[in-house]
Amino acid sequence: MAGAVDTSKGLPSHPERATLEGKNKFLGFWFFLGGETIMFATFFGTYLGLRNGVGSGPASDELFTLPLVFIMTMILLTSSMTSVMAMFAMKKNQFKKMMTWMIITVLLGLVFLGLEIYEFQHYVHDYEFGFTTSAFSSAFYTLVGLHGAHVLFGLCWITLLIIRNWGKGITLTNAPKFYVASLYWHFIDVVWVFIFTVVYLMGAGGY
Amino acid sequence: MASYKKEKGVVWDWLTTVDHKKLGIMYLIAGTLFFLKAGLMAVFMRIQLIMPENSFLTGQTFNEFITMHGTIMLFLAATPLLFAFMNFVIPLQIGARDVAFPFVNALGFWIFLSGGLLLSTSWFFGGGPDAGWTAYVPLSLNEEQLGLDFYVLGLQVSGIGTLISAINFLVTIINMRAPGMTMMRLPLFVWTSFVTSTLILFAFTPLAAGLALLMLERIFDAQFFNPAAGGNVVIWQHIFWIFGHPEVYILVLPAFGIISEVIPAFSRKRLFGYTAMVFATMIIAFLGFMVWAHHMFTVGIGPVANSIFAIATMTIAVPTGIKIFNWLFTMWGGKITFNTAMLFASSFVPTFVLGGVTGVMLAMAPVDYLYHDTYFVVAHFHYIIVGGIVLALFAGLFYWYPKMFNHKLNEKLGVVFFILFTIGFHLTFFVQHFLGLMGMPRRVYTYLGGQGLDEFNMISTIGTFFMSAAVIVLVINIVYSAIKGERVIGINDPWDARTLEWATPTPVPEYNFAQTPQIRSLDPLFYEKVHGDGTMKPAEPVDDIHMPNGSILPVIISIGLYFLGFGLIMLEMAEPIVSPWIVVALGGLLTFGGMAMRSLKDDHGYHIPKSVVKADLKKLGGGK
Ligand code: HEM
Ligand SMILES: [Cu+2]
Repeated sequence: MAGAVDTSKGLPSHPERATLEGKNKFLGFWFFLGGETIMFATFFGTYLGLRNGVGSGPASDELFTLPLVFIMTMILLTSSMTSVMAMFAMKKNQFKKMMTWMIITVLLGLVFLGLEIYEFQHYVHDYEFGFTTSAFSSAFYTLVGLHGAHVLFGLCWITLLIIRNWGKGITLTNAPKFYVASLYWHFIDVVWVFIFTVVYLMGAGGY
Repeated sequence: MASYKKEKGVVWDWLTTVDHKKLGIMYLIAGTLFFLKAGLMAVFMRIQLIMPENSFLTGQTFNEFITMHGTIMLFLAATPLLFAFMNFVIPLQIGARDVAFPFVNALGFWIFLSGGLLLSTSWFFGGGPDAGWTAYVPLSLNEEQLGLDFYVLGLQVSGIGTLISAINFLVTIINMRAPGMTMMRLPLFVWTSFVTSTLILFAFTPLAAGLALLMLERIFDAQFFNPAAGGNVVIWQHIFWIFGHPEVYILVLPAFGIISEVIPAFSRKRLFGYTAMVFATMIIAFLGFMVWAHHMFTVGIGPVANSIFAIATMTIAVPTGIKIFNWLFTMWGGKITFNTAMLFASSFVPTFVLGGVTGVMLAMAPVDYLYHDTYFVVAHFHYIIVGGIVLALFAGLFYWYPKMFNHKLNEKLGVVFFILFTIGFHLTFFVQHFLGLMGMPRRVYTYLGGQGLDEFNMISTIGTFFMSAAVIVLVINIVYSAIKGERVIGINDPWDARTLEWATPTPVPEYNFAQTPQIRSLDPLFYEKVHGDGTMKPAEPVDDIHMPNGSILPVIISIGLYFLGFGLIMLEMAEPIVSPWIVVALGGLLTFGGMAMRSLKDDHGYHIPKSVVKADLKKLGGGK
């Protein structure tokens, strides 16, 4: 159990799971994502229960403009793909390539976040649709805002990883870290797909 | 022990420890203190109810006590006490040197503690929460009551600690087992802890979400629960009980696990129906998630929903029954030793059955209109919680005490404690069934005389005096045994037990096993006693042992979370001494700074050299 993995002939094909520590991180992170899923599910449930509770505020089909949300979705989906490219590079021990793809991922994430901030302030200013306007608005900002907070956290996390491991090459210590961060990024993406469907498509369609 | 240990102050050592055994002991101490606190509140409530129209407590104080009693008992006493045993025992029972994430383990403890302290801080700011442990809205939206903000944020913080501990247990049990310890050879305590951790993962997250909603509503004026703005109050009840019902199983499954360890050990027989026990555990856990709305029969969710949830609830009786019979069959024909641990374990069985029977009664939706919010419910859940979980905790305490503290608890005092507690328990809660049927409502601070409620209330309160006396005897026992108790240093296996934790030396060295053992059967130690020489076969040569470093960061991160929560509460205070946002920022800095420090500095741990391990083996390895 000394955790000694022979790396003299280069990295193993799954550097992120080669050590016990890596395996633990990997598994623990999946459990964490399981918990996050349930938490988001609860907020989705709340949103579904309250989405018609508009009180005297605007309803969803007066607010949502699909083109903007569609662009945001495309950007986030692309960023998920670039993080996959990074993981491919990692498994082939191409450090520079991995870093490049990771940086592109962060940049796309930033654009997404910027658009989301623009969207929120548009609702608040042009529609007087604030957090406290109605049960629907509270549920909307809580659900979508929580996702946004996850994006922000993911961006900080990946940025920190990039800076910390600048020029270090792929090792058995940092491979699990990059891998787990990219898993997190996919998770954020999957949640967004649900938000896109449940909040925006259903909302704009007036269902 | 040996000289490789850098000498540090004792206090510093405990503050920075990441050793699962020390953390187990810390959970035990913290949980016990919260248990005594909540117990004292229960006694005060019962004194208030000893006679009609008593004025020992005011209605407001009673409401605060009832809320804090329930909340503390469930979140800050029962859960951590079970975590105490899980932390101490699981790695030993699966042949591991440590848990999967020792740092996270320490973090979990400190976060739980800071959440608990945050909740308790409410007394200094106008009193505790008063909306019951279920915090139903709109009752819990009372703006004047700062205590409810402490409830929301205290539970939010301590819940994070519970969650990360659960993930740690899950990964530990899956990844850290010794060679040969297959899943179907796990001791039942490990199995039930595993399933419980899954439940925590899937139940505490909805609670976190629900508490977040309540926090946003109270502090940031969200409108989820405000019908005038399109909100809905029943949403809270759904979210709360989606957590709340599984919570009962989160507590009771590890209690089942303890019973399943103690009964075979003192019946000198292997557990009857091991496989059935494992699957029954999983089925109970699954059904536990399907029945939450049986708490809402009277809310008006409709006859169809009521019927479905009623039937689902009653189904749980089947796997539970399997468990009960397996315990009985284990004892059947065994050579039973009735020491204190076994007394508690065997009295658990009938007591729990009684609680189960009233549970089935409550599950009949139409009749629940009669029982709902009466003392019948109070009697039912205390039979489950005290007659189940607390009895199991006492059994586990007496059973594992020698491994944890290197001496036994006194048996004579133990038996006195058992007798007093059992009498007290049944006196207190049995008559409450009748009080409930006669219509005495729960959560009400007094009642009128001459309604036939007087005698039973008197009896019930006298019962709590017996239980209090019992707890005092337990405390005396702990102190007495620390001074004069039978030492077991050098005696690895004082009970002649069956599972792997009893193969470690006493006191347990920080690395648990000098050599990882090879597991050859269920009840591995017993197998070696019968088929081998009574000691575990090593699965590896003696070598350097890698251990994690201690760290003060968990304490810092938890202090940060305390201030984060406290700062948010200050937003609701009329005249905060400093700007709340300063406190929030300070808390955030400590928390996220601590986390960043942890991730920026790689901690590679240290090695205990082979020579030291060999010397230890010579010194400690012997012993029977
Ligand atoms: C052993 C001695 C105990 C006594 C004498 C006791 C007594 C009481 C009393 C008088 C109430 C108020 C009932 C009402 O008016 O509705 C109560 C409620 C409650 N108790 Fe206990 N209790 C004990 C142990 C426990 C334990 C060990 C737990 C859990 C681990 C627990 C959990 C609760 C809960 C959840 C409530 C409901 C609180 C609420 O309605 O908000 N109790 N108890
Ligand atoms: Cu229930």
